[in-house]
Amino acid sequence: MHLSPLAALLADVGLPEDPAARFIRLLTVFLLAMWVGFEVITKVPQRLHTPLTSGSNAISGITAVGAIVVAGAMATRFGTLLGFLAVVLAMINVVGGFVVTHRMLEMFQPKRK
Amino acid sequence: MSSQAWINLAYLAASMLFIVAFKLMTGPRTAVKGNYLGAAGMAVALLAACCESPVVTRLASHGTGNLVMLGIAGVIGAVIGATMALKYPMTGMPQMVALLNGFGGAASTLVAGAELWNATAAARVAPTPLPAWTQFAIATALTGLIGAVTFWGSLVAFAKLEELPRFKQAWTDPNRHSINLGLAVATLLLVWGVCANPSSNLLYWLLVIVGSALGCTLTMPIGGADMPVVICLLNSYSGLAAAAAGFVIDNAVLVIAGSLVGASGLILTAIMCQAMNRSLAGVLFGGLGTTTAASADDVYAGKVKSASAEEIAMLLEEADRVVIVPGYGLAVAQAQHAVRELAAALEKRGATVEYAIHPVAGRMPGHMNVLLAEADIPYEKLREMDDINPTFPETDVVIVIGANDVVNPAARTDPTSPIAGMPILDVDKAKRVVVVKRSLSPGFAGIPNPLFAADNTLMYFADGKKAILDLTSALR
Repeated sequence: MHLSPLAALLADVGLPEDPAARFIRLLTVFLLAMWVGFEVITKVPQRLHTPLTSGSNAISGITAVGAIVVAGAMATRFGTLLGFLAVVLAMINVVGGFVVTHRMLEMFQPKRK
Repeated sequence: MSSQAWINLAYLAASMLFIVAFKLMTGPRTAVKGNYLGAAGMAVALLAACCESPVVTRLASHGTGNLVMLGIAGVIGAVIGATMALKYPMTGMPQMVALLNGFGGAASTLVAGAELWNATAAARVAPTPLPAWTQFAIATALTGLIGAVTFWGSLVAFAKLEELPRFKQAWTDPNRHSINLGLAVATLLLVWGVCANPSSNLLYWLLVIVGSALGCTLTMPIGGADMPVVICLLNSYSGLAAAAAGFVIDNAVLVIAGSLVGASGLILTAIMCQAMNRSLAGVLFGGLGTTTAASADDVYAGKVKSASAEEIAMLLEEADRVVIVPGYGLAVAQAQHAVRELAAALEKRGATVEYAIHPVAGRMPGHMNVLLAEADIPYEKLREMDDINPTFPETDVVIVIGANDVVNPAARTDPTSPIAGMPILDVDKAKRVVVVKRSLSPGFAGIPNPLFAADNTLMYFADGKKAILDLTSALR
């Protein structure tokens, strides 16, 4: 696994980021993001809940990022196969999700006669 | 700045774009821009991923083969996704969202599985076993589990919403609780196993198999009307799976985007449960008991009055205020365009027409809103339940189309009813009620509806679309 810039910096000065610190760093991001999520999403009105579900579904395709990294590394044959499948599935999720959301939202627009 | 710094900056930009996308989801016009920005954020993140050092190292040593492979995979996925999204009818949108969601969950499980396989292969070379109870081990176990549950749960949800024969009915085998318990215990043991012995790929894939079974058995018992809750929950799970994958590979954008989606799904799940006045545990494990004492004959015998299109048209001619209550049956009958024409005919006579949308009407949160929007019904006419309930006493005619449990007064009056306490649309308080239905068969709660036998109710037994079209021509 590659080092983040913080870990690389610490490694530069002879202080590797210890695993606990790394976990806490990601935990911090996780909790802050959940909080932001709650704050922002509770303001979405009921009539837009369907595009919200669809849009957030598209964004959950972010897992494609992980798939690209593991597939692109081509470290082992089986690992690469799994990664390839993961990229395909995640891209279906991403592209399908954004297109469906767009179609849905188009229906909510006032028609110009 | 190192290249990793640029990559992380790109991830940061993508995260900001995702947050803005959600913020813009507060209004229909801004939501369109938000969707574009979300897509842009995703594009930025995907490009940045191609620049990560494992990919670039491989590129340097073996040439562009990996990029070509990634391109092929990306294009295949994009084409399938776009085709599904463009070709599938909008009325099938809940099941399509469920399916797409499942694919994301599967992808997360595969990513964790691939990382584990690569890590164990590298460790075998050393040879040192992978250390137990590390962030990598725990996150891998959790990602595999959540992703598997999400994928198979979503497949079952898709099958139920598509009304495929085997899946349409809720699975009510009394053994299901022991089966679920057994699977849950096996799951815990396997999670422990993977964390304690990450060098074993076998344990990981066993966990994925058991998780897959659990995904099926947890979703199979759930009836159609509870589907909105399940869709939201599965949506949340796929986000959490992505976040967990972020812990596996130490990637902040996965954690951030996954958390945003996880939070979104959890909020919607809570809203849905509140709207049905049932706890999440009740929805997932309770199923609907048939504890009500009243049988259909008791409730309906001799009190159900049916009417023809002409009789109902006469009623509507005098009406000043009409409220239409859409339900899942409207989606099934594809009658939303016919409804718009009926409303137009009524408005031409000077009546006010509004639509009462119950929060769990349909199969997905906001399902009715999307359905009616597809028929070009202006969204200002769609009123939320709490907003429109006080106006029913002044409403001349309520037309209920394809909705049943959400207008069942037993929820208010009968404490033994399976839907007791669920907030409903108080249409029985209106002056006259017209219920468009094919027969007296029960809704998904499986109980009779006293509304149909009420004095001020007329039943209009006909198929949804034809019923409305006949009504509209009788009015003209």
